[in-house]
Amino acid sequence: MSDTTVPETTKADWTSDQEPRWCPGCGDYSILTAVQMLMPELGVRRENTVFISGIGCAARFPYYMDTYGMHSIHGRAPAVSTGLAVARPDLDVWVIGGDGDMLSIGGNHLIHALRRNVNIKILLFNNQIYGLTKGQYSPTSEPGKVTKSTPVGSIDEPFNPISLAIGAEATFVARTHDMDRKHMQEMFRRAHAHKGAAIVEIYQNCNVFNDGAFAQITKRDKRDAMLINLVHGEPIRFGAEQERGLAMNSAGQIEIVEIADVGSDALLVHDEASEDPALAFAISRLATAPTMPTPVGVFRAVERPEYAAEVNRQVDEVTASHGAGDLHGLLRSLPTWDVTA
Amino acid sequence: MTDTAPANLDETSVDHIIIRFAGDSGDGMQLTGDRFTSASALYGNDLATLPDFPAEIRAPAGTLAGVSAFQVQISDHDITTPGDAPSVLVAMNPAALASELHRLLPGGTIIANEDTFDERNLAKAGYANSENPLEDGSLDGYTLIKVPMTSLTKEACAELGVKPRDADRSKNFFALGLVSWMYSRPMETTTDWIKAKFAKNELVVAANTAAFKAGHAFGETAELGAHKVTISPAKLEPGTYTNINGNTALSWGLVAATQLSGIPMFLGSYPITPASDILHELSSKKSFNIRTLQAEDEIAAVASAVGASFGGHIGVTTTSGPGVALKGEAMGLALSLELPLVIVNIQRGGPSTGLPTKTEAADLMMAMYGRHGESPMPIVASYSPAQCFDAAIEACRLALKYRTPVMFLSDGYLANGTEPWKLPDVDSLPAIDVEFATAPNAKNDEGEDVFWPYLRDPVTLARPWAIPGTPGLEHRVGGIEKQDGTGNISYDPDNHAHMVQIRADKVAVIADDIPPTMVTGPDDADLLVLGWGSTWGAITSAVRRATAAGHSVAHAHLTHLNPFPKDLGDVLKRYPKVIVPEMNLGQLSKLVRAEYLVDAQTVSKVKGQPFTAAEIYDVIVGALQ
Ligand code: SF4
Repeated sequence: MSDTTVPETTKADWTSDQEPRWCPGCGDYSILTAVQMLMPELGVRRENTVFISGIGCAARFPYYMDTYGMHSIHGRAPAVSTGLAVARPDLDVWVIGGDGDMLSIGGNHLIHALRRNVNIKILLFNNQIYGLTKGQYSPTSEPGKVTKSTPVGSIDEPFNPISLAIGAEATFVARTHDMDRKHMQEMFRRAHAHKGAAIVEIYQNCNVFNDGAFAQITKRDKRDAMLINLVHGEPIRFGAEQERGLAMNSAGQIEIVEIADVGSDALLVHDEASEDPALAFAISRLATAPTMPTPVGVFRAVERPEYAAEVNRQVDEVTASHGAGDLHGLLRSLPTWDVTA
Repeated sequence: MTDTAPANLDETSVDHIIIRFAGDSGDGMQLTGDRFTSASALYGNDLATLPDFPAEIRAPAGTLAGVSAFQVQISDHDITTPGDAPSVLVAMNPAALASELHRLLPGGTIIANEDTFDERNLAKAGYANSENPLEDGSLDGYTLIKVPMTSLTKEACAELGVKPRDADRSKNFFALGLVSWMYSRPMETTTDWIKAKFAKNELVVAANTAAFKAGHAFGETAELGAHKVTISPAKLEPGTYTNINGNTALSWGLVAATQLSGIPMFLGSYPITPASDILHELSSKKSFNIRTLQAEDEIAAVASAVGASFGGHIGVTTTSGPGVALKGEAMGLALSLELPLVIVNIQRGGPSTGLPTKTEAADLMMAMYGRHGESPMPIVASYSPAQCFDAAIEACRLALKYRTPVMFLSDGYLANGTEPWKLPDVDSLPAIDVEFATAPNAKNDEGEDVFWPYLRDPVTLARPWAIPGTPGLEHRVGGIEKQDGTGNISYDPDNHAHMVQIRADKVAVIADDIPPTMVTGPDDADLLVLGWGSTWGAITSAVRRATAAGHSVAHAHLTHLNPFPKDLGDVLKRYPKVIVPEMNLGQLSKLVRAEYLVDAQTVSKVKGQPFTAAEIYDVIVGALQ
């Protein structure tokens, strides 16, 4: 195509003609709106954008975006997307799924997509419950949770998705929540700009089966005290008066401190670009449930060769050095003999 | 007469010979067989091979479980199988003799490495009281050639400075040299190969070459003259030939389909015996616009291929039966998305881990019905190692043209067996025309141009393939039921009934686009042998033999199992008797009985080994009595 300027678009251009079918009040609506409003700002084309999902409430998402899209099968969206991204490195591929989809049935695909660093943008809608199947506990549900399948309480230890992603060698790991459109958009923008696999965990309220799961930290009047905003290169501090922060104690553990007690020089300076993931991991362990002060923002953003580009680089290099494949020659690449009449 | 070996070798020229090389897994018997085969192929014989090795990486040395064998038939005329009973058995140790002797023709020749027949090895092979069969007269009915291969090899290597333990590893080349001498194989093919293969280690080249020449010289000098035999080159059709196994031919067929269609290929695969070699082969064919992904599991392998197909590549996934079991849901997705996909199943003994290195063809019903819901899928099956090439092109053609997943069935026997292949002229291979959608194809209520992803071609019933990157054709597809035409989610009962029928019809119309049933033999024969897959060689050989013996027998062989060729019902009803030899308990015969109400009789073999021609011949003769 000769015209390389990306046409101006509006939210309406990114909105399909299909009516969203989530429960009224579901956090998915605000995520959808955040994405639809962000897309015109990213300078990308609708035809080069693909949303791929698995199964679950969140997985309906692609139907509502006027882009290319696929509603695939439970847990497999990262694998489907890996194939698409390798085949078509020219595309922007977004992956949408919930905590059951990505962390339970599809956990294997998620970790392998992250370690390969495939150029896909994973939006993990974490509502700590199974919504579509009507309220069973999920791999992020808190211990003791009473649901239809755990009538006397869950005995499962939950995953911390951020810790899991860092452990899976992810190059971009962030957390946001469905109550703050600006913050969501900032995280999505960062994920989009990242070259490689990017995962953004979104605390998403399921107001039907797990209402208020994150309310203690995401309600407007709680955020200052309960959300620890990670800003690259800045001391990590939070609180209504920015009076608290994170520091490392003598045992090498990260803990919450009162700045008045330790002085601001003692605060940990956030380094999302650190090659060593230890600090990002330690920060991810700070809150074991969304009832305690919880870090949000970009935990980790490092550079590593992107998988699809590497696959295609090998194809290009082999083709350049051997010449384009010659079928006639290939059929004669083992010893041959001639039979004459 | 084919596939029957002469019982003794006291002739200077025979029309064919069947040799079985057997030894411990560590003895290099697959390599020995393979090299003998290559030398014979280049010499111009027709041939067919059957590698037969254990699944264990390395069973305890010297035990029956560790025996690895390789059978080859070479001939001066057209043959279709690696032969039934070998007339020559090369036994590198007592276990090899104990485990393979029952296969040898009465009066056949045994070439044994007598150095290994010591008390320990005899005991490990289960010879009671370590009775040595080479000495106790139990082999009197055979021609026994005892050769101290290990010590002669060590002697030959002594002056090269090779350590005795390393020299021991070259004894398979001694055996190869001896057998090469007996059958007048040219030496250079092998010595050149040794030089190239072990180029990195001069000492190994020297040791293997010395052992090979020593084996050759042993034949020359040890008065084995009476055993020397020649087999003239076969009168094959003029052309250029190569000796090829099924997995390589299949891989090259996939490469050819990429070239013929101009559509890039994406292979998602997870290593599994006996399919991994296809992943290896295609991974080295990057310059043919092929991308490969060694996925984290079988499900990711197929799912990534579906993603690539959505992006405009031919998605392929290769595996064996257990892998297909895992891919079921994603195959259903591809079927619902109506995207091209080729699933290659190199069948092996099952269920579960079963017999990973042994052949079976018991996944036909899984190919037909192994997905939930009504989920029909075209099935293509290859019938000989070289024919895997054509069958792979056909599977891709159907997938691309009809936008459907296609199941390709091969098996362990075809995968590893070899035969000479007359190379096709690549310019004569028909192009596969594929067009992507480029423009809207419908109007909405407001009269605006829109794209309907499920608006079908009236003949093929295929939906348009609109790939991301195409402006104006943005659309969403999914595994959830959709309205025909618009592709929008639909729970309408009548629409679902319609879609179920359309998906069935889409496979059914392929019958108009495939060749009629492949039938040989008279239309008024007394018996029809119906086969599919790798039984072709044994059936062909058995039918030739029966015909030569005066019986009236026909052979029909299926390359397409869903849909069946249109004339199959008429073909089956033409004959008073139909038998179906299958490496399962009767899956094809169930299908044809259900479809055509014919009394097809199953001939079953599920021993991890292909049928021999003799087994099928006996059934034919029995059925005609
Ligand atoms: S069940 Fe929960 S997550 Fe699903 S749509 Fe309803 S509110 Fe949203």
